Amino acid sequence: MKRIVILGAGTAGTIMANRLQRLYKRQVATGDVAITVVDQDDRHIYQPGLLMLPFGMYEPEDLVRPRQRQVSDAVEYIQAGIDRVDAATDTVRLDDGRTLSYDVCIVATGTQVAPEETEGLLGPGWRKNAFDFYTLEGATALRDALRDFEGGRLVINIVEMPIKCPVAPLEFAFLADWYFTQRGIRDKVEIAYATPLDGAFTKPMASRELGHLLEEKGVQMVTEFNAGSVDTEAGILRSWDEREERFDLLVTIPLHKGADFVGRSPGLGDGMGFVLTDPHTLQAKVKANVFAIGDATNVPASKAGSVAHFQAEVLTGNVQRLLRGEALDPGFDGHANCFIETGFGKALLIDFNYETEPLPGRFPLPGVGPMPLLKESRLNHLGKLAFRWAYWNVLLPGHDIPGISAQLSLKGKVLPATLTAAH
Amino acid sequence: MTDLLTLDLDRDAEGFLQQPEQWNREIGIAIARECGIAEMTARHWQVCEFMRNTYLANGAAPSIRTLGKESGVTVKELYQLFPKGPAKLAAKIGGIPKPHGCI
Ligand SMILES: Cc1cc2nc3c(=O)[nH]c(=O)nc-3n(C[C@H](O)[C@H](O)[C@H](O)COP(=O)(O)OP(=O)(O)OC[C@H]3O[C@@H](n4cnc5c(N)ncnc54)[C@H](O)[C@@H]3O)c2cc1C
Repeated sequence: MKRIVILGAGTAGTIMANRLQRLYKRQVATGDVAITVVDQDDRHIYQPGLLMLPFGMYEPEDLVRPRQRQVSDAVEYIQAGIDRVDAATDTVRLDDGRTLSYDVCIVATGTQVAPEETEGLLGPGWRKNAFDFYTLEGATALRDALRDFEGGRLVINIVEMPIKCPVAPLEFAFLADWYFTQRGIRDKVEIAYATPLDGAFTKPMASRELGHLLEEKGVQMVTEFNAGSVDTEAGILRSWDEREERFDLLVTIPLHKGADFVGRSPGLGDGMGFVLTDPHTLQAKVKANVFAIGDATNVPASKAGSVAHFQAEVLTGNVQRLLRGEALDPGFDGHANCFIETGFGKALLIDFNYETEPLPGRFPLPGVGPMPLLKESRLNHLGKLAFRWAYWNVLLPGHDIPGISAQLSLKGKVLPATLTAAH
Repeated sequence: MTDLLTLDLDRDAEGFLQQPEQWNREIGIAIARECGIAEMTARHWQVCEFMRNTYLANGAAPSIRTLGKESGVTVKELYQLFPKGPAKLAAKIGGIPKPHGCI
């Protein structure tokens, strides 16, 4: 019997469990293949909704479902903390002392925010005038604070890259502009966006486009700002090179790190607890029969649900190849596809990979769309809202999305050379 | 003294080497001078070499936080050694492409 053990039942772990179950349906029924997934809790949160929750667009209960129910019944579900992976002996040790042995292990334990890594952030003002929105508790507390906010300086700060959904902080700025406009107090609120990057985004064309949008919406951009410490009582955010940003309300995207057990597992991760992973095959560096997917890896792709979806297609094939003794497919190209909420019922859509930056054009059908790329539209906003339904009903069950393949397609995109020619 | 202009180096618009194998210490010193660092001390080299070696081993440059934790130089000192942008400057001097802060 072949044992496949999946660590984590978030977006990526759930998709993998369901895809592998479908691939090995017969073998699972006959007992030739066993699939096990492990997660520490039974609360699956639709994380993209955490962006909208602070603005009252969702209630906390709209975003949470039981984890186990998203996973096929044919898959064994163990609720327990993971203590470490011992690649040398092909075993996983759980917090309760149990040991699981595997033929293939897939690490899908995502990333966690670490506000304690920034001096002073957890001081007396934590969740009073300094908030995160990447956790359900943080987003809910921030909603209440925004409700009571009557004016002042709002600072949005990314402590350090990488973070999951790198566009979410920008979207937060756009939505805040809309929210305060609707409340009729936009003129009493100053919004600043402090980022360690040298622009609004990491890729040049999208960075320019998003930078313009921030300017249009009256959001001040502070670049190359590396947050060193926070004084919540005085309302001051300080960078390592001693610049200061004064705030009445701080929205922080804290440092991200991998799951703690990665650091306890010999050879598995880097200094931040991200799994050392081949960017194309998704095989972990530690040993041939260990793979990683989703936010847990150190590959230079966006940490996003859409990325986990594209990776899952390649990884499912590679698990099968490994078990058959075949060479792995280096098929993952870094493909990411993200809606960016820009407020006032509009959104922008970007589609990119390791090599190709987000380009304008139409998606998914060349010339037809219907969704325009890198340009605000109402349809893109509806796309973003529909994503919640698609998340539970298409993404997690591990289905392909019609017309959208794991690899980036250049069809329908306007290449930079054509763009300059047209101008 | 190495004159960067006489060498046929593949550099991007901001001056980052695109092919790490074109690099040597002399080139590193010349790039440092370009960036306003007149003297490369042992502490500077410790950081630049850590940066370069991590990139060559993992295909991705470490972040400031990782530098502070693993290079043996604290974040505070990193900013003293490389004012403004330690990660960017150390990457440039160490002869590797611009770190993208991963996206
Ligand atoms: C505010 C916000 C907005 C976002 N917007 C979008 C968007 O618009 N589009 C998009 O595509 N993506 C978006 N994302 C990103 C997306 O939610 C994540 O990239 C995705 O959920 C990653 O999936 P994952 O499986 O890698 O990690 P997760 O879904 O986080 O799952 C990790 C799992 O591992 C478990 N685990 C961790 N450690 C242990 C342990 N020691 N023992 C047992 N279990 C453990 C956790 O309980 C968790 O269930 C957003 C994220 C946020 C926070």
